[in-house]
Amino acid sequence: MQVDPRALRFSAAITTSVLALVLVTGNVWLLGAQALLFALGVAGVSPFRPVFQRLVKSPPKELEDAAPPRFAQAVGLVFTVVGIVGYVVQVTPLAVGATAVALFAAFLNAAFGFCLGCEMYLIIRRLTPAATR
Amino acid sequence: MEGLLVALATLAAATVFGFAWRLRQGRMADRGGPVLTADDIGAELGERATLVQFSTAFCQPCRATRRVLAEVTAMVPGVRHVEIDAESRLELVRELGVLRTPTVLVLDAAGTIVRRAAGLPGKADVIAALGLAVRNGRS
Repeated sequence: MQVDPRALRFSAAITTSVLALVLVTGNVWLLGAQALLFALGVAGVSPFRPVFQRLVKSPPKELEDAAPPRFAQAVGLVFTVVGIVGYVVQVTPLAVGATAVALFAAFLNAAFGFCLGCEMYLIIRRLTPAATR
Repeated sequence: MEGLLVALATLAAATVFGFAWRLRQGRMADRGGPVLTADDIGAELGERATLVQFSTAFCQPCRATRRVLAEVTAMVPGVRHVEIDAESRLELVRELGVLRTPTVLVLDAAGTIVRRAAGLPGKADVIAALGLAVRNGRS
């Protein structure tokens, strides 16, 4: 599947705002909503695509493979779930730390088009020596 | 209040990281050393030089890198472009200390690594590194 990279960055910008708001308000429900958005992203569903398509009419210069961003959304999902656990059991460093890491990655994606989650893939694979194909 | 500070600090750190990444992206570094054989890369070496690209399935800039290297290979005779799936060659990946994809190695005719870049390299930088590799092979 191919996707418009600008749509990815658009939704990364929304993710950035949501995660920043989570840090400011400490609202765990908002973080739950973001986790749901990440889960949808992993499933290949982007609820913001219609919004983006309404705002931007021009065709993309080129399309991008959908697999890397989907993997990155899964990484984002892991961090938000850890953050939710942190907020629920009230371990603030865990809650804030995990949310901040997710915010860091989302902002890099939105502002620079750099996919930190994608970069994790090879490093994770290198660290799992047993998992050879 | 604390949360606001964490959010601002995170965004500031990400901005610095982003600019640093942009500067370093695809830069050809003089981190030469080991010699790779045709066995190592799973393909014949190029007659004058070889461009070895490490890729993975979840790599965003790998496709653009493939295109740049293919263009350069078509331009310069005696140069081969070899793409390696990093996941299927984890031993080699560890040995060479490859942390990111794409990582591009520029080898001279003998297989010595002359230059190395992580991230999408610029076409001009690849051509310059190739010039070096070809000269290396002659001397």
